[in-house]
Amino acid sequence: MNVDITGAKILFRLPFGIVITETQVNMWIVMLVIALLCKFLTHNMKIKPAGKRQVIAEYLVKMASNFVKENMGEGFMKFTPFIAALFSLASFSSLSSLFGMYPPTSDLNTTLGWAIIVFVMITYYKIKTNGILGYAKGLTEPFAVMTPFNILGEFSTPISMAFRMFGNTASGAVISALLYAGLAWLSNLVLQWLPEALSSIPLLQLGLPAILSIYFDLFSSVLQAFIFCMLTMLYVSSAASND
Amino acid sequence: MEKALVLMGCAIGAGLSMIAGIGPGIGEGYAVGKACEAIGRQPECRGPVTTTMLMGCAVAETTGLYGLIVSMLLIFVAPGMFIGRL
Repeated sequence: MNVDITGAKILFRLPFGIVITETQVNMWIVMLVIALLCKFLTHNMKIKPAGKRQVIAEYLVKMASNFVKENMGEGFMKFTPFIAALFSLASFSSLSSLFGMYPPTSDLNTTLGWAIIVFVMITYYKIKTNGILGYAKGLTEPFAVMTPFNILGEFSTPISMAFRMFGNTASGAVISALLYAGLAWLSNLVLQWLPEALSSIPLLQLGLPAILSIYFDLFSSVLQAFIFCMLTMLYVSSAASND
Repeated sequence: MEKALVLMGCAIGAGLSMIAGIGPGIGEGYAVGKACEAIGRQPECRGPVTTTMLMGCAVAETTGLYGLIVSMLLIFVAPGMFIGRL
């Protein structure tokens, strides 16, 4: 019984030591799919919606802007494209595991990259609202002794966001791989009395992984994308609020 | 022999680090129970309560995921690192 759990495989190498892994290639595919979907939904738009496509596109845009308005307020409507892009990228790249691809979000580099963008935005808004001196002073509150802990707290935000998404997706992949290997072993054991050609088919792999896949691939991935966007909005709007 | 000891230590450590799963389990169960209570009391608030509950659950899950990452590091990264040094 051999279990094969690996990270992203290296597909090819570019000069200067640049390595292109499965993560990047799958991310490009996801980006291409999203871009083509946007193009398909929005091309040939009219003032009076003619077909279903434009209605769907308008519904999606309205949903995204309502989502941002509810959670961040009217003043942050310019964040709608960013949040919508982040959500679609995160959920599509997690959902790509449905097609047997290596999901880019189960690589820490992807999620840490997004989390660093969010961290830069949070810090930018904190400095913008309080001024650079106010930001530095905010780190020493309530006492000067607390400064190291406050600085640690600043950095723990992106790390916890990145690890949350990475851990959920990667644990789903690991558990599915373990379950497949275990079921193959079990069905080999149970069906030993059958002739060789039949007993080598892992019949027990039929039903159970599908149920697990619905949770890990469909529910958990969309939920994690939603939570990532929600936390982004909460952190940015609380950084920009003056208190 | 030394390799076996290193592997044993890593496996035991990975198992022990998943004790961290207890905390989020209790916490999330408590949160979901309270959310059910709230929905039972005010069924019209189902949407916002569910959203807030999912948010809280995801944040509470983080500590468990830290344990998971430590155990994954112990299984996939640490043996190679320590055995390479022997």
